Amino acid sequence: MTTTNAWSDVWSQLVPKFGQILFSIALFAAVLVIAFWLASRARGKAERPVVVTLMLGPAIVLVAIGLVVPGLQTILFSVRDPYGQGFVGLQNFGWAFTDPGMRQTLTNTVLWIVLAPILSTGIGLLLAVLVDRIKREALAKALIFMPMAISFVGASVVWKFVYQYAGPGNPQIGLLSSIVMAFGVKNPPNWMLTQPLNTFLLMVIYIWVQTGFAMVVLSAAIKAVPMDINEAASLDGATGFRLFRTITMPMVRGTFVVVLTTAMVATLKLFDIVRTMTGGNFGTSVLANEMYSQTFVQFNSGHGAALAVILFIGVTPMIWYNVRSLRKERTIR
Amino acid sequence: MKPRRLVAATAAAALAAIALPISSASAAVNCAPYKQYGKLTGKTVHIFTSILSPESDIYMKAYADFEKCTGVTIQWEGSNDFESQLGVRVAGGSAPDLAIIPQPGLLQQMVKTGKAVPAPAGVVANAKKYWTADWRAYSTVNGKYYGAPLSANMKSLVWYSPKFFKKYKLTVPKTWAEMMKLSDQIVKLGQKPWCAGIGSGTATGWPATDWMEELTLRMYGPKVYDSWVAGKTKFASPQIENVMKTLSKWLMNPKYVNAGIGDVKSIATTTFQDAGLGIPKGKCFMLQQASFYGAQFPQGTKIAPSGDVFAFFLPSINKKWPIPVEGGGEFIVSFRNAPEVNAVQTFMSSPLYLTNRAKDSAGGWTTANSGVPVSAYPTPLDRMVATYLSNPKATFRFDGSDAMPAAVGAGSFWTQMTAWFSGDNPQATSTIDSIAKAIDATWPTA
Amino acid sequence: MSTHADTTTTMHSVRTRHDNPVRDFLSSKAASIAVFIIATLWTIPTFGLFVSSFRTKDAVTSTGWWTALSNPAWTFDNYKQVILGGTDNLQVPLVNYVVNSLAITVPATIIPITLAAMAAYAIAWVPFRGSDAVFFTIFGLQVVPLQMSLIPLLSLFSQGWSIGKVTIIPTFDNGLTLFGHQVLPAFKIAGNYAAIWLPHTMFALPLAIFLIHNFIAALPRELMEASKVDGANHFLTFTRVVLPLSVPALASFAIFQFLWVWNDLLVGMTFAGGSDAIMPLTYRLAQLSGSLGSHWELLTASAFVAMLIPLIVFFSLQRFFVRGLLAGSVKS
Repeated sequence: MTTTNAWSDVWSQLVPKFGQILFSIALFAAVLVIAFWLASRARGKAERPVVVTLMLGPAIVLVAIGLVVPGLQTILFSVRDPYGQGFVGLQNFGWAFTDPGMRQTLTNTVLWIVLAPILSTGIGLLLAVLVDRIKREALAKALIFMPMAISFVGASVVWKFVYQYAGPGNPQIGLLSSIVMAFGVKNPPNWMLTQPLNTFLLMVIYIWVQTGFAMVVLSAAIKAVPMDINEAASLDGATGFRLFRTITMPMVRGTFVVVLTTAMVATLKLFDIVRTMTGGNFGTSVLANEMYSQTFVQFNSGHGAALAVILFIGVTPMIWYNVRSLRKERTIR
Repeated sequence: MKPRRLVAATAAAALAAIALPISSASAAVNCAPYKQYGKLTGKTVHIFTSILSPESDIYMKAYADFEKCTGVTIQWEGSNDFESQLGVRVAGGSAPDLAIIPQPGLLQQMVKTGKAVPAPAGVVANAKKYWTADWRAYSTVNGKYYGAPLSANMKSLVWYSPKFFKKYKLTVPKTWAEMMKLSDQIVKLGQKPWCAGIGSGTATGWPATDWMEELTLRMYGPKVYDSWVAGKTKFASPQIENVMKTLSKWLMNPKYVNAGIGDVKSIATTTFQDAGLGIPKGKCFMLQQASFYGAQFPQGTKIAPSGDVFAFFLPSINKKWPIPVEGGGEFIVSFRNAPEVNAVQTFMSSPLYLTNRAKDSAGGWTTANSGVPVSAYPTPLDRMVATYLSNPKATFRFDGSDAMPAAVGAGSFWTQMTAWFSGDNPQATSTIDSIAKAIDATWPTA
Repeated sequence: MSTHADTTTTMHSVRTRHDNPVRDFLSSKAASIAVFIIATLWTIPTFGLFVSSFRTKDAVTSTGWWTALSNPAWTFDNYKQVILGGTDNLQVPLVNYVVNSLAITVPATIIPITLAAMAAYAIAWVPFRGSDAVFFTIFGLQVVPLQMSLIPLLSLFSQGWSIGKVTIIPTFDNGLTLFGHQVLPAFKIAGNYAAIWLPHTMFALPLAIFLIHNFIAALPRELMEASKVDGANHFLTFTRVVLPLSVPALASFAIFQFLWVWNDLLVGMTFAGGSDAIMPLTYRLAQLSGSLGSHWELLTASAFVAMLIPLIVFFSLQRFFVRGLLAGSVKS
């Protein structure tokens, strides 16, 4: 693409590109329509298997290829040497739990999973309740949701301007330092170096991004609480917090748990924030970041896979908890 | 216009033999020098690299005529996640045709996958003719040559401001002792002499590995250096720990650093790009950083021996090795054996291509190809660097961390240096010992 | 005084409807203030980025953005460089990558949501043995980190999959030939948009099925039964009853999926194969920051350029977040 008339090249490709999008979507829709039409001729005993295969099949095939096979492969690699060749038993796991750097990483990961999702979902819920009562709801929601629209590359620059450090006597370009100085602190710390504060400061970034998601979903759930229930309750004298505790919370509890679980799984897999802000240095590394750098930077697929397996195991209790409460719901229905 | 002469010379034979068939489409292009590469119309060669725009524009411009004359299309892809992406793609069976690899360690890793292809005869011939044996050794694996270098940078430089040196009547030091004396002199002026930064995203820590390498080469010479890079001399050996001590007295001295930024620890959080920005403003006097650092200064900064900024040679320590030069660079490795790929690889190792590249440079680009005349470089700094790189009396060594196994060179060496600079009591012997041992512990056994 | 009187009368009129109006009034006022404070806090960092995007690199690194008014050093250069590319015309204009990103994101949003809705319906409303197990397994697959899937998928697209010499999944590079007949035309997945849609679809499915299932399963049983009584089969029920009612849930998920795909760098970088013709905007913007991050100031401007389309999508689909729930309330 090193032609000098790149502009005209691009224009001439725009139409075919949009054409390709439309064609692909149309093709996808056409395949579905034809398949549905053919399948709906199945009657009687054949009907249910055909329906299940057709409606569930594509998703299962894709998930099997994209997630199940790589997942199994990862488990295999976790008991092999750095090149995925010889069998080394549980050596990689031994490394993960004894290496001093790794221990710090695991501690951080636990901190992350416990704090970041609870805070972001909690603040999201608080906001959802609050925006429900104000006039300029749409604007407020949009502002809080905006960080979700910023890519991580952009977010890392945003927060560079907040956490940047400069010694005394030098011009401040970090917002946090200059705010602290306005309150009389003469020599603000180098934020990204101060352990364990730095891990919490990184969590702030996550909360900043994630709260919008929690708020939007929970706000929808709150609005789903039928008007008459709210009204009846407030006629009974329930207001403010009591209304929230007795009516709103039980009604949105299910949604809250779902958002919380999603956030927890996402937190465990999180690596962009840590990678772009500190590169995992200064005692801020987390499991997923370490997994990525072991696998792709240091070419030790054994270590990387072992960390991934620890990650699987870490998420399992949350999944299990959700499965249990879902199962209860499903049996009720 | 001297480089033109070289172009003409290379193609002299072809010029004499044919009566320039000028193609109607590109009347201005002289295709004679490209005739040896044959007709490659309709073929595409995909190059994957860590070199991004605007630097890459100059590389692309330098092969524009080659593309026009041979008909080949070169697809240049730069990524700042190059190292990990290359591994993923090679393992996933969609390797690029050519990769420009900046680390000999990564190059060996790629050869180990079995997907890399040894360099074609044309590249081998160019390498023998235009590069020194030191350079050839870095891309030779098990006796096979895998690709010629592209650019070469020089790390052994100290950036300073001639303007402010003149103002305070300071002179450029010739020996290590003089440099330390100069530092003390600046301290007496009430200023901190050195600024430094090792922040570099996921590669944070690499500038500190350079300092370790510079000092090892200067204090103990090439033999110890090589044995250290090969893992035979441990980090916790008396020599390397002594190197760490010297480094701690230099860039961990609270009186010396971190000029215009903060304390010693701030070195760990300052990006290497930002570290020296105070030099043209008179806020910092010296910064140890490679030749490519020149690109960081704002537009309009005059980089010249009597300008806003310039660089001097990082002085030697032991008289046995008077001109120790540490440098880096990258190698073009092929993953597909096809005429068009071989042609591009061969062309990019030729003096013709590299001279084209040097001429168009805005500064900060040099190569160790001896076929490129020093006069081709547009800036005084590049000419100085080129002179050092081609000096037969210099002791040249490639960036050691790039040649170490990835677990150390792109792992613990970076992270432990970062931990050292950001930790407490960095100058204490016990700290130094524990950092050294932590790195040794990660050296792969197999 | 008159305003005071007005407030009193308003309060009186409210009092006739609620018995504790003062607290209601105060709490909505307090809510406004609280939301205002939080929204401001949330916006300050982005605002700082916005201001910085119009400042020169030198100004950005030497003075805080909040002092921009007293240290004026305004420039459009960052935007100019991001949008027009480098100074010479070697660079492909940015609009190319915006289109690429759309071409990646739109199908990578529609396809997984459609497939997820189908799967969710089958799990929720077509009774079959093992439906629980299927659902929980898919839900549990969220634990697989997508980084682990990069290499296997890449080699699938470039070489197909085989165990030993037995081909499990072929490549379609030469089309598919069955019993000597060309069944499918030649199609190279690697280097095509499909190579990016497929991974995004695979990674999105577990969460999509989970969330959409929660919504579809909560639809009133009477509706399904009524549809069946009308003689509709499962496909008709799905397309005529379930899909229209699920629009809010689907649209909500679509917003998130759109944002995730739009802002994705890793998948796009890995599967685009370096081709300018399909490479997404995020990859291009990351490249603009230069070798060794020497031009990171361009990231300020590029962050805003990249934000435009997601924000448009958010605003145009936002109403579904609210509307959807009226449908959900039918059940109670």
